[in-house]
Amino acid sequence: MAKNNSIYSKPIVFSVIVTVAILIGTAVMMVLPMFSSSMHPKLEKLKPYTALELAGRDVYQENGCFYCHTQTVRPLKAEVMRYGEYSKAGEFAYDQPFLWGSKRTGPDIARIGGKYTDKWHYKHFNDPRKLFQGSNMPGYGWLADYQLDPGETEARMKALGFPYTKEDIDALSDKTKLDALVAYMQALGTAVPKPPKVPMIAAGDKNPFAENANAVSDGKKIYEMNCAACHGIDAKGDIGPDLTDFEWVYVAGPIGDDTLFFMIADGTKKDQEFEGRKAKGGMPSWGEFFGKKKIWSVVSYIRSLEEKK
Amino acid sequence: MAESVAYEWKPVKGFALSGVFWGAVSILIGLFISIQMWKPEWNFAPYLTYGRLRAVHVNGLAFGFAVAEIFALSYYIVQRLTRTRLLFPKLAMVQLYIFNVAIVAAALSLLAGFTQSKEYAELEWPLDIGVVILWVMFAVNVFGTIIKRKEEQMYISLWYLIATVIAVAVLYIVNNLAIPVGLFKSYSIFAGVNDANVEWWYGHNAVGFVFTTPILALFYYYLPKSTGLPIYSHRLSIIAFWSLVFAYLWTGAHHLVYTPLPDWIQTVGIAFTMFMIAPSWGSVVNGYYTMGGNWDKMNTNYLTKFFILGITFYGLQTLQGPTQGLRVVSQLIHYTDWVPGHVHMGTMGWVALTVCAAMYYTIPKVYNTELHSVKLANVHFWLVLIGQLIFSISMWILGVQQGAMWKAISPEDGSLTYTFMESVVKNYPYWQMRTFGGALFTLGMVVFAYNVVMTALKGKPAQTAEGR
Repeated sequence: MAKNNSIYSKPIVFSVIVTVAILIGTAVMMVLPMFSSSMHPKLEKLKPYTALELAGRDVYQENGCFYCHTQTVRPLKAEVMRYGEYSKAGEFAYDQPFLWGSKRTGPDIARIGGKYTDKWHYKHFNDPRKLFQGSNMPGYGWLADYQLDPGETEARMKALGFPYTKEDIDALSDKTKLDALVAYMQALGTAVPKPPKVPMIAAGDKNPFAENANAVSDGKKIYEMNCAACHGIDAKGDIGPDLTDFEWVYVAGPIGDDTLFFMIADGTKKDQEFEGRKAKGGMPSWGEFFGKKKIWSVVSYIRSLEEKK
Repeated sequence: MAESVAYEWKPVKGFALSGVFWGAVSILIGLFISIQMWKPEWNFAPYLTYGRLRAVHVNGLAFGFAVAEIFALSYYIVQRLTRTRLLFPKLAMVQLYIFNVAIVAAALSLLAGFTQSKEYAELEWPLDIGVVILWVMFAVNVFGTIIKRKEEQMYISLWYLIATVIAVAVLYIVNNLAIPVGLFKSYSIFAGVNDANVEWWYGHNAVGFVFTTPILALFYYYLPKSTGLPIYSHRLSIIAFWSLVFAYLWTGAHHLVYTPLPDWIQTVGIAFTMFMIAPSWGSVVNGYYTMGGNWDKMNTNYLTKFFILGITFYGLQTLQGPTQGLRVVSQLIHYTDWVPGHVHMGTMGWVALTVCAAMYYTIPKVYNTELHSVKLANVHFWLVLIGQLIFSISMWILGVQQGAMWKAISPEDGSLTYTFMESVVKNYPYWQMRTFGGALFTLGMVVFAYNVVMTALKGKPAQTAEGR
């Protein structure tokens, strides 16, 4: 047993020692790093949130979206393939608080900005199961019933020191919380350039599984699981264009198998040219998920739909 | 030991029963959101959606249950261990009323979507100020009573209590620093990577100094009390205490493995996390050796099994936790359902078993009566034990499955084997299994609440100033 004159019989001395003990780790791990520039980097392309985006971020916060979605892509091979370029410290300079999250009940959304069209987001928020049958995400269509409060957002922009114009604030008056949330989605991850993709096939390559019945049925399965959400189960189009109408990238007339492959593998960007036709963008890339064989199967399936007509 | 101290039990009773009430409510909310995970149509916008209820569940149990019982049982053991009446009983009663008002306000504000969006620090700034005031009231009574004490030596439980009071104050104030915009909204004064580092320095230590040190204070007091066996080694408890209190604050960065947080902070955090096995197991070993040759008490004394299973889950938790911090493990299980499995072993296993057993011991003492039913206490024990195991084990299996599916790469062409949705659809049976385990646990806790309330109702007015 400790002696009676030990610190265990002197509560004040004891408390001082405890305080010092907890402050050492605190100082090294939390306080000191705060004064290092490595904790406050900012990417050159990073811009503060616009008024609409900030309002959307507030909606994201108040509904606890970060409990199910992370916003950090780890520098791991499968993760970079799945979500995109890994997260950089300099992307988060305007994030007060950070919203990295700790659980992926849904997927990471650090790179969701520009991946889908606004139309996709509205449809998905309205009823996630319309796009993904097995999804357990609650619907958020009700956010459209709540108008934004421009005065409130202005006060918040001021508090954070983000630049804005009177027009930015006025423009909020006919926007809803859902509009704001979609705008925030589209801003996420846009400060980091997408690294160029290595083409999976050479231009001019022909489909090795053309008219292969097995490939068509494989392609059908893949299509129904992943593509039907946007192009429709009958491929007559919905969020994405009709795939059966002999019109490709909004112009009548056929395109090559290789072009179709590239669109599926790498997705489309606005104004990107395919055989001289301009895309509107909004098709996500599937190359990382499908690999060559599966993409060719999907091409075979789509061709089989065309021929039916 | 002849005592003639007029102990003050009113705040003990008040906080104990408040905690039972908020605990029951928050556990039921937990059960409800576990159903929402596999039944999304049970989200009722806007207030009863998962994203809002989850915050109510976690805060309700951390503040409404755990902190309330910590207040209650601390006021009990502080008086006992100092053989001194609580210094400011009226202050403690004011604290009790403010506490209950604050919990109601907290629950309503989280349902309304007022949140700082930091885990364990969701409450908006006016409530943060309320929490700090409550904590200062608690500190004044604990320190005041300790300083006025009649027992020269401070027993181990008081060390852990003092560490709790100091650490929580520092952690809570720093992490909640914010720029207020109106009454219901604020923005963290920290940004990005730095904010993440502050939050997990706080978040991990909130677990440390709310779910660990005060619960150890209870364990070191109530295990010897309920078994009649003295703690095995005083020296071991000294070593365990100081190394735990020193090392805990270094470890938060293990929550941020593979994030953009500077690598050295992650690595030092992981290293100290591994070290934490030693002080944690110091207490586990001390608990086991206290039982010495008296393991028959597991059968003969109904409380012993609560404490021994509780410390066993603490031991498992403090082995599993550090393992999860290692990069090679983190890359697989981080962000998966493994983590809720881990957390709930700590809360449903270690914290709930220990706190409930401490309550079974204390409530009859402060109400000057016998426990309503030992049989029901045994029913409670088995329900929460089995419920918790079903919960945790199903989440661990699911977590490994998710992690493996997310990283699976086709050997043929190097493409990802599964889309995210393909992993989601595999979750449902496990999520349903968790609800089943959670329902057993909830039932057990309802039995506990009933037993405690019945005991309180048949309480006799203290004839003497002194219990036993």
